[in-house]
Amino acid sequence: MRPFSYESASDTASAVRLIAARGGSKFLAGGTNLVDLMREEIERPELVIDVRGLPTGGISASADGGLTIGAAATNTAVANDRFVRERYPLIAQAILSGASGQIRNMATVGGNLLQRTRCSYFYDLASRCNKRAPRAGCDALEGFNRYHAILGASEHCIAVHPSDLCVALAALDTTVRAVGPNGERAIPFEELHRLPGDTPQIETALSADELITAVQVARLDCARRSVYRKIRDRSSYAFALVSVAAVLETSDGVVTTARLALGGVAHKPWRASRAEQVLLGAPATSETFGRAAEAELAAAVGRKDNAFKIELAKRAIVDALEELASIGGAR
Amino acid sequence: METPATTHSITLRVNGAEHALAVDARVSLLDALRERLRLTGTKKGCNQGACGACTVLAGDKRILSCLALAVQFDHVSITTVEGLANGELHPLQAAFVEHDGLQCGYCTPGQICSAIGMLAEHRAGLPSAVSAQVAASVGELTDDEIAERMSGNLCRCGAYVGIRAAIRAVADRVRP
Repeated sequence: MRPFSYESASDTASAVRLIAARGGSKFLAGGTNLVDLMREEIERPELVIDVRGLPTGGISASADGGLTIGAAATNTAVANDRFVRERYPLIAQAILSGASGQIRNMATVGGNLLQRTRCSYFYDLASRCNKRAPRAGCDALEGFNRYHAILGASEHCIAVHPSDLCVALAALDTTVRAVGPNGERAIPFEELHRLPGDTPQIETALSADELITAVQVARLDCARRSVYRKIRDRSSYAFALVSVAAVLETSDGVVTTARLALGGVAHKPWRASRAEQVLLGAPATSETFGRAAEAELAAAVGRKDNAFKIELAKRAIVDALEELASIGGAR
Repeated sequence: METPATTHSITLRVNGAEHALAVDARVSLLDALRERLRLTGTKKGCNQGACGACTVLAGDKRILSCLALAVQFDHVSITTVEGLANGELHPLQAAFVEHDGLQCGYCTPGQICSAIGMLAEHRAGLPSAVSAQVAASVGELTDDEIAERMSGNLCRCGAYVGIRAAIRAVADRVRP
């Protein structure tokens, strides 16, 4: 690990002041991703600003009946929050299906949103990676790409976003609040993460001196009937091959609300808008679910080792929706 | 460019004793425990958060000491495997012996610290990925529940059957 300076911030204003004063600085919270990346010397910050102690760990119901999660809340705290578990079970399920008990106790929501891909070529300093070294090339394109993207990828990067929580948040009406030298702003969740294009090193809409303070999820009563379905090579403590976050509301057998997002398939949590369009107003049947899945995956591109994920994603979508249609209530 | 100031004076509270240390910011909690305090019960397996051998308790929460910087744990109460026995073995230590919850023993300190934290999480009502309904109260610790909740601790010898039995025995005993 390269030498670095360490400061602990006591409030968000001083955290932002510290990072603005010195280039090459990074915020550190739970450390479950950043410390590992620093040890591998993929991340080489000169100054690390510890934001774990900031008073932004609260989880509460918003005035409008939605949910506000402070950025410093641990994954465990969110997954065990009574309001989250009852109103947004897909959020609790998504968190609990990721990482391990130890990591969930350390990792924060802000860090979860900003965690970096686990593409093995990104991690291997001997490999070419456009994300690590822009314009160097991408060894994943022709390499072992079982875990890589099938939607929204580019010839420059086929890495996927590793978060489970973010897939659940993408399916909901979520806003990210961030503070920087120019004050506070709200970022629609779908605009937080970017597709790789020809600049895969730029992963989010945040600038380097902005700090996430909270995640706000709008009220959605039908999210009580929601599910997070994750498919992976090992039944626990593994990243997704494909995951599905789904909310389904029906009335007289017709879909009245459908929220769908996919994980493990793209450089960002993938909101499945095309599938939602097929679902809305259609009968809540397996036939409809299949058509929705086909519509969403129509643009998918498989590579040497990951083409199976196209069919897997379709089946996972159908399976999740069938489950929601059959239980008729919150899981 | 100024040279990074990297040394910090911290107090580590480990197993009830306080230790004043000057540590480089790069030093992990794991290395501080092992190399500075000579508490080598906590093991270094992968050193990248994948195996769980370095699990310790911060307060009553299980964490991975390899991904923790020591400087972040100034004045935080840490419990390692050396702090569990109190004249006699901790019930989980005794259960691991009784149920053959180990072969080579390298993962054992992490397994035991993790199990203590896991049982506390279950008592606090935390569901798991195999719980039938996250909105409902958690049920008893079945073998499936234990396997899921302990999945962050790998055992290369494959002593999982004994590990699960040891944890199950203690969980059954402390159940209200």
